[in-house]
Amino acid sequence: MMEEKNRKQHVEAVCPSKKDKLDLETARARIAETKGPEYWRSLEELAGSTEFQEMMHREFPKGASEWADSVSRRGFMKLMGASLAMAGMTACTKQPLEPIVPYVQQPEEVVPGRPMFFASAFSLGGYASPVLVESHLYRPTKVEGNDKHPASMGGTDVFAQASVLDMYDPDRSQNVTYRGELSTWGEFMVAMRDPLIAQNAANGAGIRILTGTVSSPTLADQFAQIRSRYPEAKWHVYEPVNRDNVIAGAQMAFGQPVETTYKFDAADVIVSLDADFLYAGFPGTTRYARDFAKRRNPDAGNMSRMYVIESTPSSTGAKADHHLPVRASDIEPFARALVSGLGSAGGGGSLKGGQQKYLDAIVKDLQSHRGSSVVIAGDHQPPAVHVLVHAINQSLGNVGKTVFYTEPVNANPINQTDSLKDLIADMRAGKVQMLVIAGVNPLYDAPPDLGFADALKSSNIPLRVHLGLYQDETSQYCHWHINEAHYLESWGDARAYDGTVSIVQPLIAPLYGGKSVYELMALFAGQTEATGHGHVQNYWRSKHTGADFDAFWRKSLHDGWIEGSTFEPKSVTAKGAAASSATSQNDNSIEINFRRDPSIYDGRFSNNGWLQELPKPMTKMTWDNPLLMGPAMAERMGVKTQDLVRLELNGKNLTVPVWIQAGHPDYSVTCFLGYGRARAGRVGTGAGFDMYPLRFSATPWFTTGVKISKAGGTYLLASTQGYQTMETQDGDNRPLVRTRSLDEYQKEPNFAQEGNPPPELTLYPGYDYAKEPYAWGMTIDLNACVGCNNCILACQSENNIPIVGKEQVNKGRHMHWLRVDAYYQGDRDNPKAYFQPVPCMQCENAPCELVCPVGATTHSSEGLNDMVYNRCVGTRYCSNNCPYKVRRFNFFLFQDWETPQFKMMRNPDVTVRSRGVMEKCTYCVQRINHHRIDSEVAGRKIADGELQTACQQSCPANAISFGNINDKNSQVSKQKSNQRNYGLLQDLNTRPRTTYLAEIRNPNPELEA
Amino acid sequence: MQIFHRSANTISKATIIAAVFLVGGLLWATIQLQRSPYVTYEKVARPQPVPFSHQHHVSGVGIDCRYCHTSVETSDFAGIPPTRTCMNCHSQIWAGAPMLEPVRESFRTGKSLVWNRVNDLPDFVYFDHSIHINKGVGCATCHGPVDRMPLMYNYASLQMEWCLDCHRSPDKYLRPREEVFNMRYEQPSGQKPMLMDGKVYTDQRSLGTDLIKKYNLRTVADITSCSTCHR
Repeated sequence: MMEEKNRKQHVEAVCPSKKDKLDLETARARIAETKGPEYWRSLEELAGSTEFQEMMHREFPKGASEWADSVSRRGFMKLMGASLAMAGMTACTKQPLEPIVPYVQQPEEVVPGRPMFFASAFSLGGYASPVLVESHLYRPTKVEGNDKHPASMGGTDVFAQASVLDMYDPDRSQNVTYRGELSTWGEFMVAMRDPLIAQNAANGAGIRILTGTVSSPTLADQFAQIRSRYPEAKWHVYEPVNRDNVIAGAQMAFGQPVETTYKFDAADVIVSLDADFLYAGFPGTTRYARDFAKRRNPDAGNMSRMYVIESTPSSTGAKADHHLPVRASDIEPFARALVSGLGSAGGGGSLKGGQQKYLDAIVKDLQSHRGSSVVIAGDHQPPAVHVLVHAINQSLGNVGKTVFYTEPVNANPINQTDSLKDLIADMRAGKVQMLVIAGVNPLYDAPPDLGFADALKSSNIPLRVHLGLYQDETSQYCHWHINEAHYLESWGDARAYDGTVSIVQPLIAPLYGGKSVYELMALFAGQTEATGHGHVQNYWRSKHTGADFDAFWRKSLHDGWIEGSTFEPKSVTAKGAAASSATSQNDNSIEINFRRDPSIYDGRFSNNGWLQELPKPMTKMTWDNPLLMGPAMAERMGVKTQDLVRLELNGKNLTVPVWIQAGHPDYSVTCFLGYGRARAGRVGTGAGFDMYPLRFSATPWFTTGVKISKAGGTYLLASTQGYQTMETQDGDNRPLVRTRSLDEYQKEPNFAQEGNPPPELTLYPGYDYAKEPYAWGMTIDLNACVGCNNCILACQSENNIPIVGKEQVNKGRHMHWLRVDAYYQGDRDNPKAYFQPVPCMQCENAPCELVCPVGATTHSSEGLNDMVYNRCVGTRYCSNNCPYKVRRFNFFLFQDWETPQFKMMRNPDVTVRSRGVMEKCTYCVQRINHHRIDSEVAGRKIADGELQTACQQSCPANAISFGNINDKNSQVSKQKSNQRNYGLLQDLNTRPRTTYLAEIRNPNPELEA
Repeated sequence: MQIFHRSANTISKATIIAAVFLVGGLLWATIQLQRSPYVTYEKVARPQPVPFSHQHHVSGVGIDCRYCHTSVETSDFAGIPPTRTCMNCHSQIWAGAPMLEPVRESFRTGKSLVWNRVNDLPDFVYFDHSIHINKGVGCATCHGPVDRMPLMYNYASLQMEWCLDCHRSPDKYLRPREEVFNMRYEQPSGQKPMLMDGKVYTDQRSLGTDLIKKYNLRTVADITSCSTCHR
């Protein structure tokens, strides 16, 4: 404890929290003075705080470039003397003898050195993301989107990208255990025999199975078989991030739990009522981002317009043309007013000041776009809002055009909270003889008022079985723990948001001999088949009607989905809007929102370092989940970012740090779930704060009446928001992100071009890139970018980028080669927000190259700014001279070189960098080389679109184009000839190869006035 | 009062001069060591589980390189034969030879043979066989007279200066594609002229220059860019 305190003090001394002198008054005054567009990245920057000024001066955060450990000057000199003397000797290491191990019998399809790709599917909350997994000698190394699949179109989401790290996680459970002692699957099966025979006599009355949301047809079939064998056995479902409200809304509106899907590419007007449909975790998000971006092209003449009314700033809100922050409980009155504004029954109610203006404009816009608009409600909004939205879409004639209803993807669409309540009641009543908890962690994430933990711990359940990837909070109170096989290790199937079934095929045999949920359930279903492969195949064989099952099976595996399994749209009629749910509106009572975390979801990914260190889209927070609060509220309370506050709700207390988030609604705070795990693993245990104790079963998503008071003290938060800024000290507001409204753009189409330098301004001899067969270039369309963070993780996975930990992130030493900057503009209470992904610009006149004393960074003939890791001696001059701040330095040996699992995970085509080496984006040069070699062997040129960088490939919105700019017909050349194309800091004459397409918003003229 | 003897002057001068030579000498020795076979393993045979003779199999039996190194034309990695390949023949001939016991054991038990890698580049270098084969770099150009190696050793130092020798002027080494796997290929000379595409070549340079055009080699600037090999 003492040590921890000392460490924190030390961190504070080394790196005083740069955020703590934020002066919101100044920020406000500064906005009032501002004329014209001015963009800022953090409230500190806006306020011009001294810390921000200092950081501008230093270019790097304090502590980023200093040796901060307590070594005396004398000791340091001694060390340096010794290392200088030995410096030259480092090159003299003799390479050790290395073994080379061939197969005994080489599989036919394997060509060592050439990766293979297999189609599979990653599931989250029951919804499948179709993926292609890259396999090097049967080791999965990278997850990519399945470009042929309608739900992916080549894109992925962050959770799918990071899933490969989950599989190799050395903290995963590696054994079957019985009462904490090592056991085996065989012993487990033997131990289950007698209890199951006993249950057979009792019709299974004592069997309870608790799973997460299931969409797998095979698993649903297994449950049906369990039920026919044990008619009184019960299947319960509970996930903390569930869609109970959506299902209840559909039940109320249509009398059946239909699934709603959307066609955003057919929508001229989109109204989101608190739905963050552009970020991972929302069903269908990958496809939706693609469709949404398709209609955001200002040059195509049919740009859509999006209104977002939301309770916490999200990336969807950032992309909106009009963003209205309201409290979550104010969404329902807004939806009602929308219904009555559109002239349907069931609406009514008055709106608070300021909202009426938006409502009128939205009503007008929707009315003039009947049949080509989408109104969408967030999963956490109460059922009544979903009913209202169904009514609106129906009255607007959107159903069948932009909004579709299908069978539910969820195989067991019951109310999950009620299901858990029933289970706990049975557990308390002693009715449960055998409890099987498969793949969920209710001890950590169940609502505190239900008392799941107490019910589980009380010993009146004679047999408790837990199947999970980790020995987690729940497993410690179960007799048996079965180590689960990861989806990359096991067979299965799952449905995507549109119902399409993907077969999940394993990429590798289970690393620790884990068992899948299918194999566990087979035991209860009385199936004799032993393998997951058998279960899935047998199920589909029974469903197959055609002649050649093998051909069907092979095709389904190869393509990644089963043809004809997509749900057909259903014709359903919405009943009128329901009665108002009794929410009393107290304007000054503070509302608390509970949201799935953008990075670690409900806590299941807590031990995934890639996700933990992924800066969240709006706050750029890593490793933590502070309480988000609007600037106005923070000002009233007198709290600053990083101050600790005490939350009190229904007699439960929590102390958490605050993060002041521009654009957060007033009288409302947001907290994110999934942190504060007690048994997550070496990465996730102890990170952040557990918010589940405040999340009661009646109010899972938001509730008013929370009391907040200052707790005194601060807590260090590691956000990358202010880091790697490209601004200058004198605050001249460089035109980094360039935006206009559609009107302004049409009047002044060349606005993005200002500041482009005359091309001949250089002292160095030029190089004629035009004569080369290839000149690589990239464009990033800011209009399409939805800030989903996929590119960061795709890059991390492809290029073996290490994570560094919270303390190092706080010093600005994180290693992401590609960052996504968020810029804000205007009113701090409702700013516009813009995303800008920044990889290396591959400048033709690269400032970094000129200052390297050892020639470790040089230019390739194709225009790449090469980085030669083995030459780098770590002077960091290049990073100092880089105006874009895209170079990353290994201050320590961040890469884990010892853990064998991680050795298997890395991309063998990319060097693993060591300590003291600078690294950066190289446009995935390993991919360029592979494609160039292949094309030359085949005697042709690389075709446009054949070669994709990792970031480009994973982008769901197709925002990144990459290719040969010497080919005038390539996609990237066409993008570069667009008038919106501009280079970042091009006035410095760096001639960046990466350029941006300026962002155009399509605001409603009525609201602009 | 004089502390040092007069001779100290001479000694100190001599010491300073000696020190310069000593440092210079040490530097020279280090550089020589770095290039010596001790470090590079150049022409040094490594211990192997089975004393496999390329000489016997290539020039004695006449097996083509690609019989074992199957992926040399299609992949970056030439491939090292699985035990199965050995057993194709050695289940019939020399089936009981004690020397081959490790091979049979591997086949029996399913455990791979563990060889010591001979041509072993550092991990930050990405060499690709397929493109070199395709552009007319003969096996023997880098691997030497494998058909005369009873025990395999690396023919070249595999140091960067050696790679660059060819990357800076490929015309010195290129040969027609048909000759790539020919172990006894000789560069054209006045005594042994060579006929290609109806033209007679009497020296390597002119043949190389024409092959560069014929095989569409990338320019020297291209193939000496750092990212050609380092990434």
